[in-house]
Amino acid sequence: MGFWFKKNKEEYPDFWKEYEKLFDRKSKKSTFKDVRFVAFDTETTGFDYDNDRILSIGAVGIKNKSIQVSDQIEVYLEQEIFKESTVEIHGIRKHGSLLKLSEKEALRLFIAYIEDAILIAHHANFDKKMVNKALQRNGLGVLKNKILDTAVLFKKTKHLVYHTNSPVHYSLDELCNDLKISKSDRHTASGDAYITAIAFLKIVSKLFRNKKIELKSLLR
Amino acid sequence: MKNTIAERIQDFLKEFPPFDILKKEELLAISGQIRVLYVEKGEHVFKQDTLCHDEFYIVREGAVGLYRNTSNEEDLVDICDAGDLFGLRIMIIKKKYRMSAKADEESIVYAIPGQVFEPLIEQNIKVNKFVLSTFASHARHYYTETEKGNRIDNTISIEVAKDLSELRSITYRKKPLTCLSDDSVEVIAKKMTARNTSYAVVVNEDKYPVGIITDIDLRAKVLTGTYAIGSLASEIMTSPVITYAKKLTVAEAQIALIKHDVNHLCITKDGTRNSKLIGILSEHDLLVSFGNNPSVLIKEAKRVKKTQKLRYIRTQVKKLLKTYLDQDIPTPHLLHIISEINEALIIRVIELALDEMKTAPPVKFSFLVLGSQGRGEQLLLTDQDNAIVFEDVDDKDYKTTQNYFLELAYKITKGLHTIGFEYCPAEMMASNPRWCMSVSNWESQFKDWMIKPTEEGTLLSSIFFDFQCVFGDTVMVDKLSKVVFDGVNKSNRFLGMLGVSALQKPSPLGFFNRFLVEQNGEHKDSFDIKSRAMMVLIDAARILTLHHNVKSINNTLKRYEKLAELEPNNAAIFESCAKAFRVLIKFRTRQGLLHNDSGRFIDLNTLTKEDKLRLKRCFRPIRDIQEILRVRFQLKSLM
Repeated sequence: MGFWFKKNKEEYPDFWKEYEKLFDRKSKKSTFKDVRFVAFDTETTGFDYDNDRILSIGAVGIKNKSIQVSDQIEVYLEQEIFKESTVEIHGIRKHGSLLKLSEKEALRLFIAYIEDAILIAHHANFDKKMVNKALQRNGLGVLKNKILDTAVLFKKTKHLVYHTNSPVHYSLDELCNDLKISKSDRHTASGDAYITAIAFLKIVSKLFRNKKIELKSLLR
Repeated sequence: MKNTIAERIQDFLKEFPPFDILKKEELLAISGQIRVLYVEKGEHVFKQDTLCHDEFYIVREGAVGLYRNTSNEEDLVDICDAGDLFGLRIMIIKKKYRMSAKADEESIVYAIPGQVFEPLIEQNIKVNKFVLSTFASHARHYYTETEKGNRIDNTISIEVAKDLSELRSITYRKKPLTCLSDDSVEVIAKKMTARNTSYAVVVNEDKYPVGIITDIDLRAKVLTGTYAIGSLASEIMTSPVITYAKKLTVAEAQIALIKHDVNHLCITKDGTRNSKLIGILSEHDLLVSFGNNPSVLIKEAKRVKKTQKLRYIRTQVKKLLKTYLDQDIPTPHLLHIISEINEALIIRVIELALDEMKTAPPVKFSFLVLGSQGRGEQLLLTDQDNAIVFEDVDDKDYKTTQNYFLELAYKITKGLHTIGFEYCPAEMMASNPRWCMSVSNWESQFKDWMIKPTEEGTLLSSIFFDFQCVFGDTVMVDKLSKVVFDGVNKSNRFLGMLGVSALQKPSPLGFFNRFLVEQNGEHKDSFDIKSRAMMVLIDAARILTLHHNVKSINNTLKRYEKLAELEPNNAAIFESCAKAFRVLIKFRTRQGLLHNDSGRFIDLNTLTKEDKLRLKRCFRPIRDIQEILRVRFQLKSLM
């Protein structure tokens, strides 16, 4: 894409400018104890970045090894694109009773909510790209947050011996089984975000058993 | 905004007390404020001697152990599994943690902030009760563990429980006895006697309290001859009076009485002497509200004018019972005190019922209590079993006489029900014409049971043999017992039938020494402590004492004592039976207090291993005593 697609910064709405400003302060010293993490998940109409749409976003905050239930967001999006085939996975119907927001409003709430937290998602690349695509469709920039992938982190907990025989990608279900996490509420954005958060806490304590948790080594 | 996570947390919490009593919205509000902690095995949620967090915890998954650290040891006090709370008491009293909470396996724990929960303790009576009961139930734990550390925690928690109750406002007596300053002492003394009070408040025309006359004034000023009996109230009254407004807490009232060195506080409309008198509060009322003094409770029972008030006394008795259990008061003493109070309550109910009747009883009568009440073994309120015996009348008057007593009995049983004695499901109550008869009819009824022992007959007579007269003519009752005992002596077969029914009680343990639980019905999977353990001991004691023709001992423990005396060769067995019975009755009472029921059905999952062992130890004497019955009455041939 050419540089002429790049928007002038002045044209961004206020909330986006606020959001970007949070990342201006360079090399802010923070520790695992006081940094805010946000585990999030999106439910979509499918896996095509260009043609599929986000139906809901769920996210929950984590601070100092505990999930803050009050620090959460759960939004449902009004979308023109709709696929009958995925309804049975996420259970969101086109004209269901849930209160739905426009994509733009939902993104605004999500961006205002996450602030500069370190994001956590399972197979984070997918969720990140879906969100970025949506942001761009609405004339906004891309996510600036650091993002951790529980699938990648989980692999680190496994001994090298197991790497050869193990799948390249651990699904969230496999992760749940291995970490003994109850799988209720799978396939709702908030439910998966919560499971991801629990998985993150379990993985972190496996990685740093009896050691102080270093944020730096986590982000590496 | 929708919060699926909070909804899921609510789904979990609503299964466990105290959250199960909250409204959906309240619980959802709490769930939305929770922190979810993940703790690895060996990781602490909190450590002993650190300042308590402003939150308490409930285990979602895994297990958290509570440990008490002494100089170099670490003792496990309790293990909390899914749904168990910890850290609640300490959060309320805001002190340092007395124990450490450490994950025994990897666990997920919900942390509930005090600021969202504490308002509920104040607003919701049920939550408040739950919190108080956690204080009490932790105190209970201490009996199974004799280590010193727990004792400290125990006394502190009781103190706190008391603190909370002292903060509630006290109920004062409305419509106090009043008189005018120009009434004569004689008139006032008569009024006080009629109302059975120890005071009269002297008021002016506007009903402002100006002075008070108490028993002490009468004794010190009139009986000494200083003042004549015709003196005026204004001459002997103590003035001024101490006044307070009606919103007075128990603690404030206590302090006020001590500070002013008085026995009565006048409650006025605005709390000053220059407003209308609306009530009075005596030291006695205060003691009743504490519920820790049996003699005060009995005294109060004798004065009460309404059945509903008696119910309050009964709830105080429950409190007293809890305290006594915690103090490990010997069982015989405990039984004695509680049945004395129960008796006082029953007598008062009968008196109130008699007041309600339009006419006096046509002939003499006695009110009998049967079953556990008759044996003086009723600690918790169970069913009411009672009967009325009245004097023989002419045949033509029989129907009307019986109707009179049936009506009376109806009022009595209704009153007892109001206090908390459940109606007997088998209708074994004086309001049933079968249990409201003349002496002669009763005599023939007993004879009938003894000559032709049927199964129903043996069941009924086993209840009726433990009767006790609580009200009315005792001569009639004595006559009736004599008939019964003489009859028993003549009929060994009858004792044999009673023996068979004692042997046919379901046994407590099955193969491999495991508890046998109920297979079906409402109490499926719980252990029936009454019919599987206690009834055999009760029945055996009754049969053997009847066999020895021992009269007038109705209490199971006393019966075993007497039996040990009569049969020295079997004394060891009888003593162990008595001991087992003491343990069982306490066990049942604790269970009953814990679950607020009769304690008869025990959920074995709630028992600790020690508790189970202690229960099992009680079953051995049951087998021994059954063997004695079998041999003595050659029951093999009858079964």
